[in-house]
Amino acid sequence: MKRLSILALVVLLLGIFLSACQPAGPTTIKIGLNAELTGSIPVVGESCRNAAELAVKEINDAGGLEVGGQKYMIELLVEDNEDKAESAAAATQKLVTANVLAMIGPNASRNAIPSSVVAESSKMVMISPWSTNPKTTIVEETGAPKQFVFRAAFIDDFQGVVAAKFAMEQLQTAKPAVLYDVASEYNKGIAEVYKKTLEDNGITVVAFETYTTGDKDFSSQLTNIKNAEADSLFLPNYYSEVPLQVQQARKVGFTGGILGSDSWGNLELISLCGADCEGLFFTTHYASDIATPKAQAFIKAYEAAYGKTPDDVAALTYDSFGMLFQAIQAAGKIDRQAVRDAVASITLYEGVTGNMQFKGTGDPVKSAVILQIKDGKFTYFATANP
Amino acid sequence: MEFYIQQTLNALQVGSVYALIALGYTMVYGILTMINFAHGDIFMVSTYIAFFFSTMLLGALAGLNPILAFVATLLVAMFGTALLAVIIERLAYKPLRTAPRISAVITALGVGLFLENFMVAFKPVGPAPRFLPALIPAINYNIGGVTVSTIQIVIILVSALVMILLDVIVRRTMVGMAMRAISWDKFIVPLMGVPVDRIISLTFALGASIAAVGGTLYGMAYTIDPYMGIRIGWWAFISAVVGGIGNIRGAMIGGFILGFVEIFTPVFLPSTYRDFVAFSLLLVLLIFRPTGILGRPMAQKV
Repeated sequence: MKRLSILALVVLLLGIFLSACQPAGPTTIKIGLNAELTGSIPVVGESCRNAAELAVKEINDAGGLEVGGQKYMIELLVEDNEDKAESAAAATQKLVTANVLAMIGPNASRNAIPSSVVAESSKMVMISPWSTNPKTTIVEETGAPKQFVFRAAFIDDFQGVVAAKFAMEQLQTAKPAVLYDVASEYNKGIAEVYKKTLEDNGITVVAFETYTTGDKDFSSQLTNIKNAEADSLFLPNYYSEVPLQVQQARKVGFTGGILGSDSWGNLELISLCGADCEGLFFTTHYASDIATPKAQAFIKAYEAAYGKTPDDVAALTYDSFGMLFQAIQAAGKIDRQAVRDAVASITLYEGVTGNMQFKGTGDPVKSAVILQIKDGKFTYFATANP
Repeated sequence: MEFYIQQTLNALQVGSVYALIALGYTMVYGILTMINFAHGDIFMVSTYIAFFFSTMLLGALAGLNPILAFVATLLVAMFGTALLAVIIERLAYKPLRTAPRISAVITALGVGLFLENFMVAFKPVGPAPRFLPALIPAINYNIGGVTVSTIQIVIILVSALVMILLDVIVRRTMVGMAMRAISWDKFIVPLMGVPVDRIISLTFALGASIAAVGGTLYGMAYTIDPYMGIRIGWWAFISAVVGGIGNIRGAMIGGFILGFVEIFTPVFLPSTYRDFVAFSLLLVLLIFRPTGILGRPMAQKV
């Protein structure tokens, strides 16, 4: 009995202690971040967290976000999804229970799709900065748009077409080949759109080769591609794998043009790939060298804080936060449903990555840019409008 | 024709690495009847030892003879990895030697997870993929439509050399004889005066240093990252099982079989079928030859 009362006392004291640690009253807004901090694309997670911390710091330094006449500080809860579908869903669940108002992330579609299911059923706003696979914002069973899931990036139905048109017009491809990760939603989705677009234009894809996440040897598939006498190669794969693929393609004697997608847009690609990637093209969200004044301000602040140029993930994360803050202000209250309605009623958002138009779904309509790797830098090459 | 020669070369390159790692699985199993699931991650650590040493070496002594630099890196990686494996054996496996075998297997899985996550958390390593510095200049030769790179040649030749060397050690030396004797009967042999603990440590050291050869060679051709040991470890483990786990020549054969399966499945079937074919092969083989190609029948349960 005595032991029980001591235990009760300890629990009570602990309760008082813990509640004292919590900031008193609802003067903070908790926002979750679900990012790929470890796993196979850690630089994506790092860029995402950097941009998120920058966006939050800017608001807090200005005294907080004014909602319904009251200033709120923003508290960022960062969860690592390890770049795994199941961890991403679990991280989302954890953020839901931690009572965040909304969640930004995950970035890779293979993590964003399972997370979006959790966010949708928990009725919590989720904005994925970088996921481009259409499935992220669509309810799989009905094909209807999800109510609580939004994104800052264009979708692959658009990006795949842009890449295919570029291959036809700029690379003059007659025998295109594709090598993609069949175990990853993003890579698979865009590869299929690319293939379909080319075939609709009467061009047959001579080799449509696959591998699975984590593979490092592509020599067999690339030898097949060379044997099919392909003249162009589309690699819609993540930056950590592309350098190996490009080097091995050149090693087996493939000499045609190589084209990529927005998953290339990380400077890590150049540092791993070196001269082998020089001159190659890829489609992406924004070009830091033709930035608008708003984008320039962001680039300057990011460079001052982290000492490097923000990549597309950073820019899109920053835009996601911008959209969310604007929506919270428009909602006028700290309520998940109200914030959802406010995000859904945004029709035009002028972001760092350009103008985003929303037409009743969670997918923005925005233009894509094509970058070329030139002198070890991502250089603007062309713009493709929807 | 050139196409098939090219693919055969690709398969030999991949198969050599699998064979080298499979040897570690098979040797430990042979002596302890325990599957060291941390072996793939020990292989991963070896590539990082090679990475840090070669970066340091080339930084300190630019213009060093590439062959000298390569051999030095190889030896340091072998020694460092062997030391790691011996420490793991002493700390994690030895206390469990009399425990049910499943405990040791689960401990091995735990050690593997520890190594992966330690490397991710360890600041100088981190989760980002890297290339080893170019120890040997990568030159591609085109011989009648078949491209062969210097790295490919080095991988195939060094692996072959190491495997022959190991075969000699196991079959022709006293240490090798002791290893074979312990795997034959680990209760009677100690009574004959064979120092069991030392031989077991030596087996771990030998298996790990062979994995380090594989790791250094692998790092010259591919990127390295803390999670790389998982996939390669599994393929090497299947190699060991296909060849007959516990049998050294079997592991070598198994490694090359898996290398050929990995490369030639996409030649004849859509590349999506690759893993399916590899694992089906394992299943079918285990139905008809439960102890692998060269394995001897066993009465005991694993």
